[in-house]
Amino acid sequence: MSKFKKKKGGDLPVISTASLPDIVFMLLFFFMVATVMRDSTLMVNNSLPAADQVQKLDKKDRVMYIYAGKPSSRYEDKYGSAARIQLNDKFAVVEEVGAFVLAERSSKRQELQNVLTTALKVDGETKMGLVSDIKQELRKVNALKLNYTTRIGEYTQNMN
Amino acid sequence: MAKRSAPEVNAGSMADIAFLLLIFFLVTTTIETDSGLNRKLPPIEEIIDPPIIKQKNIFTVVVNKNNQLLVEEELTDISDVRTLAMKFLDNGGGTGEDSCDYCQGKKASSSSDNPEKAVISLKNDRETSYKVYIAVQNELVAAYNELRNREYLRLNPMNGMNFVQANSRYSDPRTSIDEKEKLKPQLNIVKSMYPQKLSEAEPNKN
Repeated sequence: MSKFKKKKGGDLPVISTASLPDIVFMLLFFFMVATVMRDSTLMVNNSLPAADQVQKLDKKDRVMYIYAGKPSSRYEDKYGSAARIQLNDKFAVVEEVGAFVLAERSSKRQELQNVLTTALKVDGETKMGLVSDIKQELRKVNALKLNYTTRIGEYTQNMN
Repeated sequence: MAKRSAPEVNAGSMADIAFLLLIFFLVTTTIETDSGLNRKLPPIEEIIDPPIIKQKNIFTVVVNKNNQLLVEEELTDISDVRTLAMKFLDNGGGTGEDSCDYCQGKKASSSSDNPEKAVISLKNDRETSYKVYIAVQNELVAAYNELRNREYLRLNPMNGMNFVQANSRYSDPRTSIDEKEKLKPQLNIVKSMYPQKLSEAEPNKN
């Protein structure tokens, strides 16, 4: 009879914490994998225009990025509100684009130097004059493969 | 009866569960990749002897500083650009060796001879806004893509994908070499049927 008698009161079983490190590591790995490293901090506004006929820009080692747009609010009083180019971590003028491309190109492996693509991350509100100037500079240094980086979306979002 | 404490839960398999979850997330998360419109700039060398192109083979798109569109000298809304460009490219009005047997257009003599001769010329102002320019580019690329899709599906009905899908599959590094070898000639045929001839004039200075 007493075999099924309920245990009375007392000591709660101790929950093992041996697996806690595993869980923590798991989370750590997850965030390590899922986070995209941004190698340069953005100093310009960068809301990309939308397009839907896009191609993926795989292979990050073959891409160099040129940012352009209005300086973000933190830099506005120092650099004004006219659209500017950002190369790596600093603002640049159009004439510096060529030197930047050449420096980037020489920093890549030999076999990649001819297949580099320039990704233009330009804010939607920028005027085409600046973009055309960048394109001219790229032509001068023979960096002809170009990618206008966009958001994926209907083109009608660009029209307002 | 002696008082017993509950047996301790075996935590040995916890690590396995943790790894299972870790692998699950590893497989399912995709790192965000950039995407955009790929274009190629013309080399800067001066062309000594520029080829003469007939006016009817040129489709002019002009975007002015107020972001208005002028397509073939007419004020147009951006939503019509795709259909107009497709009509122009697919016209196939040429005769003799210029004729185009796969074109489904109206064969009007005032429009392009065949897609290989048809050139789209895009001109913008320095004051044009970038996002409008991208929208126009997008619509012009879309016109090419729609025609290429149509021809790709007609030539390769068994593949179960259109030109754009096949192209992205071709450029995907995970695709096997065998499949790439198979896709390459198919893609090249369609590309040569509707070559992307999109010329960009240097913008107006003012």
